[in-house]
Amino acid sequence: MEIFGVPGALLGSQLLVGLINGSFYAILSLGLAIIFGLLNIINFSHGAQYMMGAFVAWIALNKLGVNYWVALLFAPIVIGALGVVIERTMLRKLYKLDHLYGLLLTFGLALIFEGVFRDQYGISGQSYPVPELLQGGVNIGFMFLPIYRAWVVVAALTVCFATWFIIEKTKLGAYLRAGTENPQMVQALGINVPLLITFTYGFGVALAAFAGVLAAPIYQVSPLMGSNLIIVVFAVVVIGGMGSIMGSILTGLGLGLIEGLTRVFYPEASAVVVFVIMVIVLLVRPAGLFGKA
Amino acid sequence: MTSAFTPRPEMLRIQDLHAYYGESHILHGINLKVARGECVTLLGRNGAGRSTTLKSVLGLVSRRTGSIMVNGREVITEPTHRMAHYGIGYVPEERAIFASLSTEENLMLPPQVASGAMSVDEIYGMFPNLYERRSSPGSKLSGGEQQMLAMARVLRTGAKLLLLDEITEGLAPVIVKKLGEIIVELKSRGFTIVLVEQNFRFAAPLADRHYVLEHGEIIATINADELPGKMDWLHQTLGV
Repeated sequence: MEIFGVPGALLGSQLLVGLINGSFYAILSLGLAIIFGLLNIINFSHGAQYMMGAFVAWIALNKLGVNYWVALLFAPIVIGALGVVIERTMLRKLYKLDHLYGLLLTFGLALIFEGVFRDQYGISGQSYPVPELLQGGVNIGFMFLPIYRAWVVVAALTVCFATWFIIEKTKLGAYLRAGTENPQMVQALGINVPLLITFTYGFGVALAAFAGVLAAPIYQVSPLMGSNLIIVVFAVVVIGGMGSIMGSILTGLGLGLIEGLTRVFYPEASAVVVFVIMVIVLLVRPAGLFGKA
Repeated sequence: MTSAFTPRPEMLRIQDLHAYYGESHILHGINLKVARGECVTLLGRNGAGRSTTLKSVLGLVSRRTGSIMVNGREVITEPTHRMAHYGIGYVPEERAIFASLSTEENLMLPPQVASGAMSVDEIYGMFPNLYERRSSPGSKLSGGEQQMLAMARVLRTGAKLLLLDEITEGLAPVIVKKLGEIIVELKSRGFTIVLVEQNFRFAAPLADRHYVLEHGEIIATINADELPGKMDWLHQTLGV
């Protein structure tokens, strides 16, 4: 079967790769958007926190014998807790300053985290086995679908939409949205905003770690896996518009798919297509597709 | 039971309050007290320090010194988010309705801090417009509706001390009249009210006492019964 002169299996497999990349973009840009919304901090250590999520899973498996499913819960908690410590001891001191200071601090932290892991594990990647339950694949007619990859898409999207639901439909989410608009007034109404901020940063970071564990069996677990990905994720955030939850999710998925399609039809451009789109969006709609000007 | 001989317990006592925004020294030793169930106004020209006095009570200034007692308890060292839990309801000048929240979400946002709060049904009874607009986003409400919502939002929490900043500003006369009726109703229910007002005609019949501020200090305290004799002076001072 051919579509636009391209074999269906090729198109299908590239779309799947695009969807998987898009799922990672979505979950990572969602975390960045939540953190930026309430803290006004561009969390440059997001990629390092994603990498550390993968490493926590890898270390837990190889040193402690902790399996994938436990790691999927455990790694976000560990890295989220580290995020809480970072927020309480460092970021908190920067809120009254320009955005740039938060960016510099988190960028510095990312370099330290990557440096420590590079020192300990080198830059060659470690492999993490696909959990037994999700090994193999199914033939869906026009292509072979690896079960683990399907699981990644489902898990990432479930977490993204659950996060969207919490933010848009619950009381806690209402605190968060109100705090994003006017934190002083939310405090005056009796809500502990500093605690909300700590929780939000911890949660955003935990999302990155969750993505890291999901990524571990697909990509090599390496100290640089985060910095390779995060540049694209920042482009995704710029395209979607900082601070929009649904915008982050949809833009992440959409750009993953566009990247996949580009790989089929014009492979030479696949590495830059996201950045080309970013430039166009910045020129036409500087606040991003879903951002409020 | 209260009478002329047993003074009502104090709800708010501010002593020697100084407040700063960054390096700017805005309040220079404010002293005032408000008994439970009283309504007082803070009068003065723009920039006299009236709004800053309210903000200082909540800790919404860079720095404050002096003493703020709420219900007999010193609160000046408390963080802002604790203040609502001492029964303070704040309606800021800009109303601060959250645009991304619906009317009902705005109304339900603050935690309930004391028993005896008005129920949602009672609130919708007092502000029927809000019931009709309950699922509209905050950004779509008219100025009057936003003001009603800002008031309703603090009444639902059980706050007994209301700090209301310029609630009539920019509103149509019919809404100002309605707000006046609401203040009277709240007073009869035993609420303590501190009103920052530009609209003297609105405030005069409601208040038990008026504090006149200038340059961050209280320059006069006028009881309601002294008001007729001071009208000329007030008009001159306030420039109305």
